[in-house]
Amino acid sequence: MIRTITRAAAAVFALSSGAAWAAGEVHIEDVAFAHEGPFGTFDQMQLQRGLQVYTEVCSACHGLKHVAIRTLADEGGPALPEDQVRAYATAFSVYDETNNQQLFDAEKGEFRPLTPADKFPVNMTQGAPDLSLMAKSRAAFHGPYGTGIAQLFKGTGGPEYIHALLNGYTDEPPACATGDEEGYYNKAFPNGGVPDSCKDEHGHPLIEGSWIAMGPPLSDDQVTYTDGTPATVDQMSMDVASFLMWSAEPKMMARKEAGFTAVVLLTILASLLYLTNKRLWAGVKGKRSA
Amino acid sequence: MAGIPHDHYEPKTKGEKWLNSRLPIVGLMYDTLMLPTPKNLNWMWIWGIVLTFCLALQIITGIVLAMHYTPQVDMAFASVEHIMRDVNGGFMLRYLHANGASLFFVAVYLHIFRGLYYGSYKAPREVTWIIGMLIYLAMMATAFMGYVLPWGQMSFWGATVITGLFGAIPLVGPALQEWLLGGPAVDNATLNRFFSLHYLLPFIIAALVATHIWAFHTTGNNNPTGVEVRRGSKAEAEKDTVPFWPYFVIKDLFALAVILAVFFAIVGFMPNYLGHPDNYIEANPLSTPAHIVPEWYFLPFYAILRAFTADVWIVQLTQFVTFGIIDAKFFGVLAMFGAIAVMALAPWLDTSSVRSGRYRPMFKWWFALLAVDFVVLTWVGAMPSEGIYPYIALIAAAYWFAYFLVILPLLGVIEKPLPQPRTIEEDFATHYNPTAQAAE
Repeated sequence: MIRTITRAAAAVFALSSGAAWAAGEVHIEDVAFAHEGPFGTFDQMQLQRGLQVYTEVCSACHGLKHVAIRTLADEGGPALPEDQVRAYATAFSVYDETNNQQLFDAEKGEFRPLTPADKFPVNMTQGAPDLSLMAKSRAAFHGPYGTGIAQLFKGTGGPEYIHALLNGYTDEPPACATGDEEGYYNKAFPNGGVPDSCKDEHGHPLIEGSWIAMGPPLSDDQVTYTDGTPATVDQMSMDVASFLMWSAEPKMMARKEAGFTAVVLLTILASLLYLTNKRLWAGVKGKRSA
Repeated sequence: MAGIPHDHYEPKTKGEKWLNSRLPIVGLMYDTLMLPTPKNLNWMWIWGIVLTFCLALQIITGIVLAMHYTPQVDMAFASVEHIMRDVNGGFMLRYLHANGASLFFVAVYLHIFRGLYYGSYKAPREVTWIIGMLIYLAMMATAFMGYVLPWGQMSFWGATVITGLFGAIPLVGPALQEWLLGGPAVDNATLNRFFSLHYLLPFIIAALVATHIWAFHTTGNNNPTGVEVRRGSKAEAEKDTVPFWPYFVIKDLFALAVILAVFFAIVGFMPNYLGHPDNYIEANPLSTPAHIVPEWYFLPFYAILRAFTADVWIVQLTQFVTFGIIDAKFFGVLAMFGAIAVMALAPWLDTSSVRSGRYRPMFKWWFALLAVDFVVLTWVGAMPSEGIYPYIALIAAAYWFAYFLVILPLLGVIEKPLPQPRTIEEDFATHYNPTAQAAE
């Protein structure tokens, strides 16, 4: 019922909605994440694995500056026990010294240990973008076209984009490459440079993706999962994509619950008002004659 | 209040009389709520309530959001994330406010097109129509400035592009743009004044809404037949109308509940559907996004703005005739504001003596085309301005002007209207049979 209503609503919006172009000429494969759909919830174990990937791999270059470490204990998120969150905070290293001066303890002449009350440190060492909102600032599924309406069930495709990017490196660059390109070819990255030799006469790229500054960050068994899950690149990238969806939208579960409650209550209210309205007008309208 | 004859409030107790002789506020409320309303209003007459609700929703959520938001370029983006993560229910407030703007515009467009079809703009309701257009302009200004506040990439670049339009005005343009921005570019001064005005304008809208309601409570509602309520006597008027309370209050509340169920499904399950992902990247004056696109509700007029490029003959002609004062960019700006201006002038451009489109066999089709045209403009406004899209935009923009400036004036002369019912009662009786039940 809710799906029908929301689909109808989506169709109405689709007629007039405008977010319409594809994110470059790249193909992003859909992944069935646990958090998708009106009733989807984050997979707690996956979030914890994703946190491990972030901590051991991504955090060397990327910050997570909007996320407070204490929220790792939040229900609906990774839900780590309080003592583990404290231990995690203390063990977390500050890589980017210039941008985290507020954490510097002048008396001891060193960076103080983090506490759960702190946010994840800023990290711009390599010019790498902050990852707090990455899953929401990229969208593989757009507006009313293509899979736009499927956003309701598949999400906006941000985590899919992250997954595709981390799996988008190829052993060999495309044949049209000159070898002078800076960075690494990635078939899922839409925003980087493409050499003229890979473009047609109108300047449109003939290849999927482009060159990205980040080298392939993941390799099989790069982390050792405590729950015994095999750490393939595919698995790690899905886990970290899911974690970054949580970091971008930590209140997703609460939002869906609120939405569901509101829809149920409003449906009941609408039914009662429908009956009231019918009864009220019966005297004015009488029997319908046409 | 003048208008349709009906019962007025009579103070009965001593206390009521005491208050009424000093401030007749209860009488005003009574007359407003008990307004005789044409009993044949259809479901397109619900949008007024939806719009009033939207205004209240935006003001209430907005006031609370303002308690946690920081209008400063280095902190604005982070303060929005603070709302989303740390403020109790903050994520819901923000998503309600952002999607509430979309609901507001969905409702206002349906409300305007209802008025255009049923001739609600015609005499004696021109003032209601004009106030409505002012409300619409104020809504667009408010929404535009509100979208700048989160200080994302689209906020910043949207503000840069739109304020750049003022720079296209000859002579005073650049000075005007700098005055609006509070500096040579979109920066902290811009963010601050936009926040201030974004907070102020909704209250001006509320005042305009009060006058809008005042105006149509004076003339009475239009209705699907466009035939006026009989006003000869109270008994006669009562055959055409029912009091607003409870009949239309309950009907409108039912419609509102259905619409809100859909609205909350979007807020709860896909709140970023109508947003742009780039706005989750903090504003960066050094990095221009690949595509700068306004929010969906601006797209029809954005399409008209972009439609008149330098290679269109009328643009070239205008530029030649005005000795280059009106160039393509300024022409586009004039066209965009002109598109709303011609709509505001509809009461005087429409020469037909028949109010409702229901009895206008030719008008119906031209109106349907206008509705399609509006959807096409919305769609093409989101497309890049290359390939076939500029041609589609130009044709669609041309039709918009042709409808108001050519078709509406001509139709009144050449069209032969269908017979209208003599009274609202007669129209109502063709659908319903009030007497049959009385006989049972």
